[in-house]
Amino acid sequence: MADSPKTTFSRRGFLKGAGVTAATTVIESANALARETKDALHSDRAVGPGSVPVKLHINGHEYSVAIEPRYTLAETLRDNLGLTGTKVVCDRGSCSACTVWIDKTPALACMTLAIDVVGRQITTIEGLSHGDTMHQVQAAFVKHDAMQCGFCTPGMVMSCAALLDRNPNPKLADVKHAVSGNLCRCGTYPKVFAATLDVAQQRRQTAGLVALVTEREA
Amino acid sequence: MNKFVFVDCKTVDEALGQMSDGAIVKAGGIDLLDLMKDGIVTPPKLVNIRNISSLQGITAGKDGLHLGPLSTLSEIAAHPEIQKNYTALANAAGHAATPQVRNMATLGGNIMQRPRCWYFRSSEFDCKKKNGASDDCHAHTGENQYHAIMNNETCAMVHPSSTAVPLLAMNAQVELTSKRGKRTVAMSEFYVPPEKSLINETVVQPGELITGVFVPVPEPGTRSAYQKYGEKESFDWPLADAGVVLVMDGTHCRKAWIVLGVAAPTPIRSTAAEAVLTGKTIDEATARAAASAAMKDATPLSQNGFKTQLFQTAIYRTVLLAAGQMQPDPSAIG
Repeated sequence: MADSPKTTFSRRGFLKGAGVTAATTVIESANALARETKDALHSDRAVGPGSVPVKLHINGHEYSVAIEPRYTLAETLRDNLGLTGTKVVCDRGSCSACTVWIDKTPALACMTLAIDVVGRQITTIEGLSHGDTMHQVQAAFVKHDAMQCGFCTPGMVMSCAALLDRNPNPKLADVKHAVSGNLCRCGTYPKVFAATLDVAQQRRQTAGLVALVTEREA
Repeated sequence: MNKFVFVDCKTVDEALGQMSDGAIVKAGGIDLLDLMKDGIVTPPKLVNIRNISSLQGITAGKDGLHLGPLSTLSEIAAHPEIQKNYTALANAAGHAATPQVRNMATLGGNIMQRPRCWYFRSSEFDCKKKNGASDDCHAHTGENQYHAIMNNETCAMVHPSSTAVPLLAMNAQVELTSKRGKRTVAMSEFYVPPEKSLINETVVQPGELITGVFVPVPEPGTRSAYQKYGEKESFDWPLADAGVVLVMDGTHCRKAWIVLGVAAPTPIRSTAAEAVLTGKTIDEATARAAASAAMKDATPLSQNGFKTQLFQTAIYRTVLLAAGQMQPDPSAIG
């Protein structure tokens, strides 16, 4: 041991090393889980009725979770993953309070089996904001007081934000159509329409300004 | 919801191999999850066909319209060729349920929906339709304002499929595949009325899967429309809906197909209404006469007499809409 290099040992170094080891373990087990899930779902081997380990892509993050095939996406988001922004009201696809995006398309989390969205990109209301900065549609809902009890609001916002992504110049009828499935018993619809049209207007102004600046700089 | 085994299939063969021992096929899952949450069906196994790529896609060509049974209602409603040449189908798909449901629900699932009847959909009520012992049709003696007004003697359920209405009016065909092979069934033969069987609602046999829906090319001069009426102008189940296909020569009607959605336990053609229009000039008077003829044999129950009037309005306005003589009705469900 005489020629062994001098070792230095620091608390920070130890923690870093331990962190890397722990992270590697997590990645390894996640990979194993992914292989298992892939095999389970893509062969003729049936899964369930007990818990099945799956990976779900939600708001840009990957979550490993054990679910029974009968769990809905809404239940999994709220009960297993603590993403309680998605609300469950009717649990029958009649009120759209649980609206999330599956691959950018508005869908009902209460009528979707979580096991059926393995490999799909899920966006919930938590995924719209950036940290403490609200999404434009959320900010407009606040500005226009487009909520009362707030229970329909996350679903309403998801519907309106999806509309603006696919149609930057919506008319009132388009907004009405986009939220035609979102029930609000407080009757906030006129303010929801105003908020959504306001965002469209803001985006047009921003786009106009950007075009103007680009033109002047050119 | 009961516990179940879940099998995700990638091919039709794989799915056919899994369809045994009480397994139920799941596509969009909207109606199925509804029934399972209420304990009306409790399958031990779900065969997920949602990811079978050969069952997806829409092709509209010179030989007609080929619809993959996994086409969503949104895809059908937004398809330019369907909007143009199969208008009633685009309208029916685009006005079913909510935008979110339309993004998820498939054509195959839409035509395979179980009936609407609150006694059937409640585990609190026993009836023969659910293999029960009770001889009573609770709708006959109970609350029946949304029930059938025609062919309702055995069972007063209604079939809620919007898309089945234009598909029947357009002489669509459904391809069924099983391990034994393929067969094609005309939409007119697809639904089994309760007087023939209280258990089988369609001709689809255990082990069979819908693998395609085909709509023939419309004859030159064809115009079509679909409208539905409910308690609300936003999404709702229809109380009356009509699909109309007309082959027109100016204002002269050479051929007519008129199909009523929730009038009877299955979507039905009204040959009486068609006869009124065939060979005539379409105007307000003939449209009204056709509407009235369609309801001639109605047998409303204690609370749903209003549906005979609502159906006449639906038929009259949809005939004129199809003929290009009226704008879409703002009071219809949009």
